[in-house]
Amino acid sequence: MSDELKPDELLDKVDHTPSQGTWMTESVQIRPGMYCYAAKPESVETLGLPNARSWNPMEADWKLPENWQEIIHNGIKDRLEKFRTFKIFMDVCVRCGACADKCHFFLGTGDPKNMPVLRAELLRSVYRNDFTTAGKLLQKIPGGDKLGGGRPLTLDVLKEWWYYFFQCTECRRCSVFCPYGIDTAEITIMGRELLNLLGLNIDWIATPVSNCYQTGNHLGIQPHAFKDMLDFFTEDIEEITGVDVAPQFNKKGADILFITPSGDVFADPGTYTCQGYMILFKYLKDKYDLDVTWSTYASEGGNFGFFTSHETMKRLNAKMYAEAKRLGVKWILGGECGHMWRVINQYMDTMNGPADFLEEPVNPITGTKFENAKSTKMVHITEFTADLIKHGKLELDKSRNANRVMTFHDSCNPARGMGLLDEPRYIIENTCDNFYEMPINTIREQTFCCGSGAGLNAGENIELRMAGGLPRANAVKYVHDKFGVNTLGTICAIDRAALSTLMEYWVPDVEVYGIHELVGNALILPGEQEREMDLRMEPLPGKEEADE
Amino acid sequence: MATVEMNGTSFEVDEDGFLLDYKSFTNDWVEYVRQQEGIDELNDEHWKVVNVLQDYYEKNGIAPMVRVLSKLTKYKLKHIYELFPSGPGKGACKMAGLPKPTGCV
Repeated sequence: MSDELKPDELLDKVDHTPSQGTWMTESVQIRPGMYCYAAKPESVETLGLPNARSWNPMEADWKLPENWQEIIHNGIKDRLEKFRTFKIFMDVCVRCGACADKCHFFLGTGDPKNMPVLRAELLRSVYRNDFTTAGKLLQKIPGGDKLGGGRPLTLDVLKEWWYYFFQCTECRRCSVFCPYGIDTAEITIMGRELLNLLGLNIDWIATPVSNCYQTGNHLGIQPHAFKDMLDFFTEDIEEITGVDVAPQFNKKGADILFITPSGDVFADPGTYTCQGYMILFKYLKDKYDLDVTWSTYASEGGNFGFFTSHETMKRLNAKMYAEAKRLGVKWILGGECGHMWRVINQYMDTMNGPADFLEEPVNPITGTKFENAKSTKMVHITEFTADLIKHGKLELDKSRNANRVMTFHDSCNPARGMGLLDEPRYIIENTCDNFYEMPINTIREQTFCCGSGAGLNAGENIELRMAGGLPRANAVKYVHDKFGVNTLGTICAIDRAALSTLMEYWVPDVEVYGIHELVGNALILPGEQEREMDLRMEPLPGKEEADE
Repeated sequence: MATVEMNGTSFEVDEDGFLLDYKSFTNDWVEYVRQQEGIDELNDEHWKVVNVLQDYYEKNGIAPMVRVLSKLTKYKLKHIYELFPSGPGKGACKMAGLPKPTGCV
C-alpha cells in the first residue's frame, strides 16, 4: 500500500530526471495513492449535475456519455467566450518554464506533468488543435499537428486531464513567477469544470458540496448537532476558565453574523481554534456589548463548490448572504479559512453581489473602517482581532502561550488571493513571545501549499499529499532544527487538518495551531478563575507541577 | 461497488471498506471488521465504543468528533487506539457501520 511508504522511501522516489519519451503520446498511468475516489452518484445527483453513476478510475470504462467529445468541445467553446482570462491564458504562454520548479507537486513527485506549464499544456494542446486556425490547418497535413503543439482529444487525454487536474491544489504559487501573469489555477478550475460536464468529479469534493447544498455545511452537520458541538466546547471552556461562554444561534438583529468552516466545529485541532472564537465573542459581549451570532443554516465558510464549477461555487456562496439578510445583521465576520477568502475577495462581488442590504463594515469598538471589505461586507477575523489589539481593546496574557515556539504558514488563498499577510503575524506577536519566520521564499506571497488544498485532503491519495507537502514541511523542519520551533500556526481549516498529518509524517515534534487558539489561551475573560490548563487541557506553562 | 461476505451475509462497502448502508449493520459485520482489524476478542470496552458511536449517529446523522467520543466513553484517545488499532475513524466507526466524514477534516 502506498500509504505505508516511510518518509525515507518517499524521498528516494523523487526523481527529477526528464523522461526520454514524448509527453504527448505517453498514456497516463493512474496510480493508487495519487488519486482520489470517484464521486458517489447520489452526491452528483443531489446537485443536479450530469452523468451521475458509479464508476472507478482504475477501470477502462469510465461510463461516459456517447457524445462526450462533443460535450467537452462545446464546453471549451462556451468558456472561451465567457471567460476572457481563459482565452488569454490559452494563447499567451511561451513555455518559458519559469513556473516549472515552483510547484510543490513537481518538487515533491518529480512528475513532469506536475510542472504548471505542462499541466496547462494538457488542455492547451487540445485548444490549439481544435480552436486555433493554425491548429485546424496543420492537422490536415500528416504529422502537422505536432508542429503546432496540438493533439486531438482522445480518451487517454481526457483521463490524463482528470489525473493531473486533481493533482493541483489551485494554490497559485506558480502564477507569482509567471512573467505573463498566467493564473494556472484558473486553468485547473476550467479543467475541472469541463470534467464535471461528464460527471468526472472526485468524491472528496462532490460529497461535501452535496452536503453543504442540503444541510448548510460540508460535513452534513444538522442544526441540532451543530448546536450540540458548540455546547460541548462551552462545557470544556467553562471547566478551563470558569466562565460560561455559550454562543447565540440564528439571532435576528445581532450586530454581526459569524461564519467559519465546519471543520472548525468538528475536526481537531480546528476545534481549539473554534473555542478561541467563542472566548473572544464572550469577551466582546461582556466588555463592549457586541452581539455576535452563529448560524446553524449558513454553517460553512468553506466552499468546495469552488473546486467543482463556477455555478456550484455561486450556489454555496449565496446562502451566507441570504442568512445575513434574513437575520438583519450589519455585516459578516469570517473565520480562519483558506479558499473561502478567495471566493469572497475575488468572486463574490460579481457573482452574488453587491450585498447592498448590509452595511459597510466598521468595527463598532474601534471605529476602524474595513475598506477592503467595503463591497463584500465580509471581514476576516484576523483583521478584526488585529484591529482590536492595535487599539488596546484586548487584555492578553502572553505567558499562557510561553511554551509555544511559533512559526507561521501563510495559507495560499488568504496570502495570494487577498494579501492577508501581516494581521495574523501581528496577532501571534501579541499573544506569544516566541516567533520565527520560515525562509523568505517559502512564506507570504511565495508560501508553499500544504499539498492538500482544493479538495485533495482525502485519505486515499496520501502519497500525493505527503509528496506535495514536502517543500512546506522542509521549511518547517528548518526552523524546527534551527530555533526549536514546536508550533505551526495557520489560518485555514484544511491546513489545520492537513498540516497535522504532514507534520506527523515529516516533522513529528511540531503541532498545528489556529491563530485564535493562541488568542483563546491569552485572552483574560472578565471574572475568570485562575487558569491551570490551556484549551487542549494540557497544563499551562509553569503549572505543570499542579497537574501532578 | 465492492461486496464482502461474513457468515453467509454479504455487505456492500465503499472503496475503504466502510459499510455503504448503515441499515444493513448486523453482528456479522462487526465480526468482519474485527477480523480485518486484527482484534483477538471483542470486550465490553469495544462494545461501549460501538454503542456510543451508533447512539450518537442515530441522533445526529454524523459521527461524533473524537473529543466527544472520548468524553462519552471516558476513554482517552490513546486507549481508543489500543482498542481499535486503525483508530476511531477507520477502526471504530467502520465497525459501528458509520460512513466516513468528508470536508476540511
